This record gives sequence, structure tokens and C-alpha cells, in this order.
Amino acid sequence: MVESLKGIAASSGIAIGKAFLMTEPDLTVTKSTISNKEEEITRFHEAVNAAKIELQKIRDRAEIDLGSENAAIFDAHLLVLSDPELLGSVEGKISDESVNAESALQETADTLIVMFEQLDNEYMRERAADIRDVTKRVIAILLGIDIPNIGLIDEEVIIISKDLAPSDTAQLNRAFAKGFSTDMGGRTSHSAIMARSLEIPAVVGTKNATSAIKQGDLIIVDGDNGEVIINPSDDVIESYVGKRNEQEVEKKELSLLKNKQTITLDGIQVEVAANIGTPKDVESVLGNGGEGIGLYRTEFLYMERDSLPTEEEQFRAYKQVLEQMAEKPVVVRTLDIGGDKQLPYLNLPEEMNPFLGFRAIRLCLEEQTIFRTQLRALLRASKFGNLKIMFPMIATLEEFREAKKLLLEEKEKLQQEGALVSDQIEIGIMVEIPSTAILADQFAKEVDFFSIGTNDLIQYTMAADRMNESVAYLYQPYHPAILRLVKMVIDAAHANGKWTGMCGEMAGDSVAIPLLIGLGLDEFSMSAPSMLRARNQINQLTQIDMKQLAETALSMQTSEQVKQYVKENLKA
Amino acid sequence: MTNHTYTVVAESGIHARPATGLVQTASKFVSDIFMEYKGKKVNLKSILGVMSLGIGQGASISILAEGTDQQEALEAIETFLKTEGIIA
Repeated sequence: MVESLKGIAASSGIAIGKAFLMTEPDLTVTKSTISNKEEEITRFHEAVNAAKIELQKIRDRAEIDLGSENAAIFDAHLLVLSDPELLGSVEGKISDESVNAESALQETADTLIVMFEQLDNEYMRERAADIRDVTKRVIAILLGIDIPNIGLIDEEVIIISKDLAPSDTAQLNRAFAKGFSTDMGGRTSHSAIMARSLEIPAVVGTKNATSAIKQGDLIIVDGDNGEVIINPSDDVIESYVGKRNEQEVEKKELSLLKNKQTITLDGIQVEVAANIGTPKDVESVLGNGGEGIGLYRTEFLYMERDSLPTEEEQFRAYKQVLEQMAEKPVVVRTLDIGGDKQLPYLNLPEEMNPFLGFRAIRLCLEEQTIFRTQLRALLRASKFGNLKIMFPMIATLEEFREAKKLLLEEKEKLQQEGALVSDQIEIGIMVEIPSTAILADQFAKEVDFFSIGTNDLIQYTMAADRMNESVAYLYQPYHPAILRLVKMVIDAAHANGKWTGMCGEMAGDSVAIPLLIGLGLDEFSMSAPSMLRARNQINQLTQIDMKQLAETALSMQTSEQVKQYVKENLKA
Repeated sequence: MTNHTYTVVAESGIHARPATGLVQTASKFVSDIFMEYKGKKVNLKSILGVMSLGIGQGASISILAEGTDQQEALEAIETFLKTEGIIA
């Protein structure tokens, strides 16, 4: 019987392939007495050497795919396997207590892990996880168990796992990982966002993919409908292959729009831009015909490392993006850390409600050294392109004024030092907090532009944590309350001769786009692969008609009504 | 035996990356090399030892070397600490 799982459509497209199951193997160690100590010590060393070879491979691939900065953590792991204290202690245990290598290693590692966990520095406490990781690899080798490793995959597969950590997705090789499906996660979870930027079809939040799917099962991941089909019949495979081919044809047709403008039938021109995380993403922005970058998430410069990036490192990244985009606008969002994105090395206290807590601009205004370093790097890079700077999570005008003041102070300092800084930098804010949307008419007098961050705006307006699956039904982008807030922001901007963009998931949504055109949105920023489809849709709309559509939608009662209404109208 | 004392100025102290480089540098020499912090002395060729000290900004650390190449070892380590911006 054909079985299928329902999940959340996280990244579009269809992938067909064999399942590669990433399960946690049972690595329970049994203590036993051995007779030949020397043999046991040799067995231990052989396992350590085999683990080193595996790690070296992972390290080398990480260096190619992610750069040496990100590969450095594996250098540390390799050193742990050469650590004289660790090796000496395990050897000592084997010869003094005549125990087997796996239990000697486990006991030694456990002692070390406890010691690290007791350190008074949070960053150091997290190193316990590194020791656990490295030990696990050696113990698996000693026990003769294979640990699935995403980085070592060398055939085409569909990856099935509980969840994918950033380091897992970072190791994904697009040539072999054709698609993936996870038990956990939602549309805006890290793994889903990564899947979209890598253009790998993905279905997340299936709840039981790892238990329903066996290693080597034939899997279809339908990233458009959020479905995972296990061991399909030949007929089903054939129909999906057909669909996949159709998609490829569509992709080809869309690619003809690459160098075209985005303009409605009645001549209203808007900008379709991309959201990016690293300079590497620019390639895909240009490849998909982006007219700009509407959101450069700078947090990735700060993540997956163990100390703050220097001004120079940041300057290089910003400069690279600005130069590659040439004259096209690049909106850089200053550091948005906190909430679901933590930096262990900052040692910030844990909070009850991180999404309502010390994050983004709140943190930057307090930790001014971090903020000023970033502003200086941005200002120095400004002369290499068309830079616009925006501050995240602005709740009050005072916050914006303070942030702008710091920016101008750094600008003046740089100019005194003789550095060239562009005089054309627009300064704007993210609108994610309802208070700011409601007071947009006042903000519009002081900012150069708005960018509406819908993921957070919806979460804060509906009071629904977007990481909590039980309240996921409240994530309602078409809710009339959200649409009204969006309208207030756009109207306020236009009344003051300013522009409004949108950089949340909603900007690329085919139901939302007609409404947003009707409301007068100026810039649509989305994941790079969504841009051409959005341009294609906008080029077939008439703004005057969409104004009517939006007006009716604004007076509706529920999100569902709006959705039905838009869908019916688009068909006609 | 030769030794030197330094003050750590790097904002994030001696984290995994500099610790890795430090151990790699020390391991090039035959001398026994140690680092001492808050009365605790660890083998500088041991990454776990170095990281277990949890050295933060402002810490006063001593490097001790004993062996045939102790002088070169100490110089190489000092150069490394400076290039990494760990000491001034």
C-alpha cells in the first residue's frame, strides 16, 4: 500500500529519490574486562585514526562550501582527537583497569563533559557538545556502527531527519541532496528558509517521517503541496515525473522575464527584490533577475562562530554585496539577534519570552560597541554601491532617533579620519511591531523608507509565537487586521513622499501579491527563486482593479474570506 | 625553563578558534609547554586543557616552556597571540 505523509510545504518543487535516514543510532556502551591490554590500546588508536580521517573529509568539504572560517570548528574537533590528555587518560584507564576501549573513552569523556558543563562561561559550557560529538564518532567506530553523515553523502538521496541544524544544512551538497523532509519545523524555521535559498524541495513538520520511512525507501517530496509519498507505485511516479517536467518548462518560460521590468498592465512599476543572508546569495539574486536586495540579514555574519566579526570582516562582506549588485539598491538590516537567533558567545541571560525581549535594536542600543562596529563597516562600504540601512524591531520614535544619531556620529568620525562615505544612504526601519504600524504617519516624517517584516508583524499582531506549532493556525497573512496595518504603513509613506517595501514571506505569496499591488506597495522582497514567478504575476495585473479588490478585502471579516475572494477573482 | 606573563585583551578571550591555533603552534615544538591561569596549569598541547581554563578578557595568563627549543617555542606562541589580537 502506498503511504503518504502530510507536512508543511517549505520549499517548492518535486524531488524523487531514495531515502537517506538521519537517525540517532544506539551507541550504548557496555563495560567489559579485556585480557590483552596492548591490543585494546591499539584498537583504540585505530578507531581514533579512522575518526580523524572522517573528520578531515568533513572539514575539507566545509572549507570548500563554507569557507575556512566555518571549517575552523572541525580543526578544533581534530585537535581533540590528538589531545595528549584525552588519549593518555583513556590509555591509562585501559591498562590500569583492564576495561574495553569504548567504556574507557566514554568514562573519560563523561568526566570532561561534566567539567566543561560546570564552567561559569556559557560559551565554554557549550564546548561540552563538541566533546560529545567527537567521542560519539570514535565510539561508533569502536562499536562498528555507522553514523549517518550528511556531509559524506555521495549519491542522490532524499534526506529524512527529525530536524536539521544549521550545521547540517550547511553541509548539504546540492548535487546529492535532492530534497528533504523533517519531523519538526514550520515554514519559517531555519531548515525551511535554507531549503528555499538552496532551491531544494522540502516538506517539514511531518511529525513522523523518521519513523514511517525506512532507509532506502523510494520517496517523493512534493514541496508544493506539502506531501511526502513513500514507495509510490509506477503510475504515481510517472505522474510526478510529468509534473516535475512541467515545472522545468515553467522555469524556462519564467527565465525569459529575467531582464524585464516589473510593471502592471496599467503601467505602475514596482521593484522585485531578494532577501539574502550572505554574499554568496547574490549570485542567485542576479541569476533570478532581482532588481535589488530588499533584505540583507546580517546576523549570519555573527552566527556559527565563537566571537564577534571584526569591522574589517564585515566591511569586506558588505562591500562584496554592494559591488556585485552594482547600482541596484541593497537594503541592509542591522544586527537582529535575540528571539530565535542566539549568539552563545555574547553570554546573554536566558529570557522567558525571547521574542518579546532583549533583541535586535534594543540590544544594539545597549551594546553600543557591537552596533557602532557594524555601522562603521556599513558606512565604509557605502561608496561601493547603492546602500540603504534599516533598523529592525523599532517600537518607538526615540529608538529610531537614537539609532540614527549613532549612525551619524560614526559617519562624522569616519569623515574626520578621512574615509569616504556616501551621502546618498537612505535610512529606514522595519515595521514589525503593531505600535509602529499604527504610528506610521509620525514615523514617515523622519524615516526615508519602511520595510514591513510580515513574519514578525503577524506574530505580534495575532499574539501567536511563530515557533509554536499549536498556534500555527494564527499565522494569517490575509487577515483583514494585518491588511489594514499594511495599508496604514503604505499610505503614511506615500503621504510623505517615501516608499514602502515588504520583506516577509507574504511579499512572494501569490494570494497576497494582488492585494499588495492594490494597496500600493513599492518593493516586494522575497527568496530569490520566487522572484520571477512574482514578476510574471504582477505583469498580468491591473492596479486599478487590484485597488478595488484590496478595498473589498479590507472590509471582510476573516482571513479565509479574503483568501477565497482573491482566488475567485484571479480565476475570472 | 622560561616563562612569560600576558594580559588577554581580546573581547571574547581564548575561544575555540584561537585555542586551536595555540595548540597547533605549541605542538610544533618538542619542549613541554604549559599555560597557567588562576593557579591552574594545563598542557598547552591539549585543546581540552586550554579550553577548560575558560579564559576571558582581562585574564592574566602565563606561558611556561621547558626543553631544547623553549626559547623559540615561547617566541612563536607570543607572535601567534599577537597576530590573533589576543594580547596587545
